[in-house]
Amino acid sequence: MKHHLVLRVVAKLLIPSILLFALYTQFHGDYGPGGGFQAGVIYAAGFILHALVFGLESTKKIMPLWLLKILSALGVMVYAGTGLTSLLLGRPFLDYYALAEGVHGQELGIMLVELGVGFTVSSVMLILFYLFADQGTEE
Amino acid sequence: MSAHLLILLVVIPLFSAPLCILLRRSRLVWLLSSLSTGACLLISILLLQQVYRSGTVTYMLGGWSTPLGIGIEYRLDLFAALVALFVSLVGFAVALYSYTSLQKELPRHKHPLFAAAYLLCLAGLLGITVTADVFNLFVFLEISSLSSYALISMGRDRAALLASFRYLIMGTIGATFLLIGIGLIYSHTGTLNMSALQKVLPALTGKASIQASLAFIMLGLAIKSALFPLHLWLPSAYTHAPSAVSAFLAGTATKVSIYALARFIYSVFGKPFVITQEHIGIALITLSIPAMLLGSMLAIKQQNLKRMLAYSSIAQIGYLFLGLGLSTVASVGATITHLFNHALIKSALFLSLGCIVYRTGKAEISSLSGLARQMPWTMAAFTVAGLGLIGIPLTAGFISKWALIRATLTPDYWPLAVVILITSLLAVVYIWRVIEAAYFQPPAPGSTGRTAEAPLGLLVPTWLLVLLSLYFGIQTTVNFGIAVKAATALVGG
Repeated sequence: MKHHLVLRVVAKLLIPSILLFALYTQFHGDYGPGGGFQAGVIYAAGFILHALVFGLESTKKIMPLWLLKILSALGVMVYAGTGLTSLLLGRPFLDYYALAEGVHGQELGIMLVELGVGFTVSSVMLILFYLFADQGTEE
Repeated sequence: MSAHLLILLVVIPLFSAPLCILLRRSRLVWLLSSLSTGACLLISILLLQQVYRSGTVTYMLGGWSTPLGIGIEYRLDLFAALVALFVSLVGFAVALYSYTSLQKELPRHKHPLFAAAYLLCLAGLLGITVTADVFNLFVFLEISSLSSYALISMGRDRAALLASFRYLIMGTIGATFLLIGIGLIYSHTGTLNMSALQKVLPALTGKASIQASLAFIMLGLAIKSALFPLHLWLPSAYTHAPSAVSAFLAGTATKVSIYALARFIYSVFGKPFVITQEHIGIALITLSIPAMLLGSMLAIKQQNLKRMLAYSSIAQIGYLFLGLGLSTVASVGATITHLFNHALIKSALFLSLGCIVYRTGKAEISSLSGLARQMPWTMAAFTVAGLGLIGIPLTAGFISKWALIRATLTPDYWPLAVVILITSLLAVVYIWRVIEAAYFQPPAPGSTGRTAEAPLGLLVPTWLLVLLSLYFGIQTTVNFGIAVKAATALVGG
């Protein structure tokens, strides 16, 4: 894709704003439309655009497969860990009131859980894309 | 902490699964999965004691109460506690077994992925038993199904991929039916909580959409539990999956689907609607007869032993549905007993078969000739578990068959007892074929004649289940006494 100058310039302009919008969706999710799943998909879309324009190999240098595998597991653990934290504080599993006083507990809990969802969704999306994009070469 | 035991049953495997991927070392991963399944087993024993002593245990997820409509309730009664006990028992034995067994079946770097999928599957199955929310039940069913598709596809040959794909198609259709049914219920009642539904639904049984939802849910779960005409995914899935996976799924996956079906019949729709008004019981009995007969006959014809055990499972699923269909306290009690016993016996059979595959690399009946002299412990395990499958006295299988036959001995249904006896005789035939080949045939002329006994890592978990199946054949308070109590609470009268 070296000769597609317009594509490359536009992609370079777009990718940061896509990632930023993903983060906005992520952290806006606890009191407005948005949330971890949507943010994760948008975040992965930024990387997929990068892979389409600059090639899969260069994307893999930024975001290698082993890192994605770790991130995908980490997301689930953030989610379950939030639940376990409230359990360890003597409240029911995923009771956000245990995390902080009143409504702040709810907000913090939802934010952490959505963060976990975001990690896992974005990394699993990318893993799927990687596996389909270079079929047969991986493992 | 004892107040939170119920949720820990699901959370421990759910949390360990991603941890397996982070650990990445085969031995560490095995240690973690054994520890967490062991913890599940311990918790389910404690919970069964607690439920037995002081009645049903409930737990509100996140501390939300149900009237708000968003609360998810977890509830464990005797029936659920018994199912959770055998699921975590088989889960623990297979987790111990998997380390040695996988050395020959799966490349080392895939072991963490296997353990993660395995623990997720276990979390899903245990989740189904503890939840009291129908949508939550669907989610857990999907968690366990999706991870079992992945587990089956890890089999050695390429046919495993096809088998897994077939299971995926059938399983997804089943799950979709279940979801449509749940959606229809929700649109009429506005609640997903089982005990709330049980109160509301009897007034709505005249509505066509509630009747349709019953049909969708029954059909969806019948696919998942491989009831006779819908069983086609099962034999190839069990044949091509890794040995540990066949043992685990044969012992738990279909059983838990049958548990869910029983839950929907007795704790959601209610017996008057399902059995008396819609005659689902007759339908289940009608389908269970060809399941028992054809499953056993096809098992006799198989050359591949894994496939033979898979067809035998279809016959056993017939017994389970027969008990559900008769829908008396005695017959449902027999079904619950048989769920428990058959889980132990069939897993033990698959585990001992896995020992044979580990040493000989084959699961054909022709490769068994004279094997009993070389692998005495393995073949003894297979024989004892096989006797349990037939239903010889002093084994667990006898208890459940006895209970089932006693339940069928009514003026209307006594011919069913004859069918049960015939299929038991057919089971003698297919188990005897294996024993005859292993004990009485000389080793094949081309073979080297020396096959070592299976390693301890495989024998110990296999014999754990075999001995338990003998124990529960003599000491029947858990698998029969509690099962009848659970059935009384479930069916009521």
